[in-house]
Amino acid sequence: MLNNPVKPYPHKILEILPQTETEWTFRVANDLPIQHGQFMQISLPKVGEAPFSISGFGDGYVDFTIRKVGKVTNELFNLKKGDFIFLRGCYGNGWPVEQFEGKNVVIVAGGTGVSPVKSLIHMFYENSDYAKEIYLILGFKNSRSILFADELAEWKAAKHFHAVYTLDNEEREGWNKGLVTDFLKTVPFDSFGGNYACIVVGPPVMMKFTGLGLLATGVSEDKIWMSFERKMSCAIGKCGHCRIDETYVCLDGPVFNYTVAKKLVD
Amino acid sequence: MKNTKTYRLELDALDALFEKLEERYDIYAPVRVPAGGRYAQQDSVLYRQVHRYDEIEFHERSTYPMKEVLMPITQTLFYFTENEYRESKCPQKDLLLFGRVCDINAIKIQDQIYLQNGGIEDPFYKRVRNKVKFALIECKEQFEGCFCCSVGANVTDLHSLAFSCGDNRAHIELLDEAFEGYFDHAEPSDYRIQFPQENELKVKYPVIDSIDLANKLKDHPMWKEFDDRCIACGSCTVACSTCTCFETVDLVYTQNAHVGERRRTCSSCMVDGFDEMAGGQCFRKTTAEKYRYKILHKVYGHNARFHTGPMCVGCGRCSARCPELISYPATLNKLTKAIKEIKREEEMQHA
Repeated sequence: MLNNPVKPYPHKILEILPQTETEWTFRVANDLPIQHGQFMQISLPKVGEAPFSISGFGDGYVDFTIRKVGKVTNELFNLKKGDFIFLRGCYGNGWPVEQFEGKNVVIVAGGTGVSPVKSLIHMFYENSDYAKEIYLILGFKNSRSILFADELAEWKAAKHFHAVYTLDNEEREGWNKGLVTDFLKTVPFDSFGGNYACIVVGPPVMMKFTGLGLLATGVSEDKIWMSFERKMSCAIGKCGHCRIDETYVCLDGPVFNYTVAKKLVD
Repeated sequence: MKNTKTYRLELDALDALFEKLEERYDIYAPVRVPAGGRYAQQDSVLYRQVHRYDEIEFHERSTYPMKEVLMPITQTLFYFTENEYRESKCPQKDLLLFGRVCDINAIKIQDQIYLQNGGIEDPFYKRVRNKVKFALIECKEQFEGCFCCSVGANVTDLHSLAFSCGDNRAHIELLDEAFEGYFDHAEPSDYRIQFPQENELKVKYPVIDSIDLANKLKDHPMWKEFDDRCIACGSCTVACSTCTCFETVDLVYTQNAHVGERRRTCSSCMVDGFDEMAGGQCFRKTTAEKYRYKILHKVYGHNARFHTGPMCVGCGRCSARCPELISYPATLNKLTKAIKEIKREEEMQHA
């Protein structure tokens, strides 16, 4: 069968980069074209298949930062460098990168929600003249759940980045304590002259309250973008698992403008 | 070619016709399975491959819809080893499916999801669908809970043949040139196949014209009662002509744990786990929320995406299969009432 969109193909694990005890980045050989914010389906024969957002990509590789939390992921953590996993994709509409060109970009992300936006942050980091200033508000539960520690440090040091890092419920040197929503007021929206865009990714409750928090500071709805997470079985609009009314997250998302996202009620 | 030649065939000629059709087609039709029903001594009427005309059960509605021939409850998509996924083989022969007008119209909805949604064709559906021809079974009588006329699913032109079935003879309307040649020596008939004109049960199918209204309905108290009444068993989904959702599962052969199959299995938004994410989080925790999600897909979600009306053909099987005697038409009436309430409230607010 030619061009079977649900047929997985083997890809070699090039590197395993532990982030925390339960969250590892799997760097996998890949030549498929990728856009920031897309996802792929990872298959392990015998175990099953699940969707994962892409946390990074480059010449010949793709990164998935995966938490050991389910059937497929438990098995993934038994694999070693040089083993093969099966991939299909990429799927979905990623971040509308051209919308961010020349703008101040405010990125609010929590926990594993940093993964789907990490490659985009990295693009802003490497291309300092693509957008204007980048405002990061990144939150993790505690010090044991901090992801991408090396990159966080790099971003914080970048001249065009303004980074606020916070832990929900732990004191730590160089970090704030509190929820990401507590730090929305640190962003100088008034000085942007309307030239900005906001990106929000994280657990549903965090996204809901961050959205409301941004609106309360006077941000207009159409300037907010969110990425949704659902457990698709097919990723091509057939299995029904990610459907919310007339919207299929796999086909129409996972990135939505807030004007659409605010009406997506499961 | 859409001609309306009709022929009358006696039992012997029907057997000869089936024999000849089987050279090219695997024929699937509803058959009676004695004592195969839900309760003791109760029969089922299930879709099975048939070889003779008199195997077809046309006096009763099939217990489950025709979709299971196209998309079986479980089907193997791939065979895998440790380093390869290999597609399962497609049936060799073409398929001739006997179904009622609702069954055939339901395939249009299956097509929308499996062939059109997102501009991506599901290859496992398409390879079977391309081989299918339909033979309409005329509805001479109606069954409890039928309401095809209320949802506009009482007429179709997707079929190649139409059968008016009798115990000893059938009138057969020929509408597809692919079947010319099967009736060379058959006796012409003046019989005209009829579509259902009116059902005893009339349902005013609700219209939800905006996502804002759909979202308001999600908060309406009408769903509460289903927390107690519905047991979230998913029987309605399996019985539904138009439901399409599935899971993908891997299984391993007991003799060799490195080799196995990836299967697609019918799933339901009514059962626990359907909306579960890694880590156990789910979006619809209560049975009432699950039932609300299912009903609003039928009434609102599908139409909002495809603009072709209800995701329902009025076959009545969901109500017939519900072990808790929940009536889908009664739910629709409650929904209509809830819509009126909300609209009235909105008007009062604007006044």
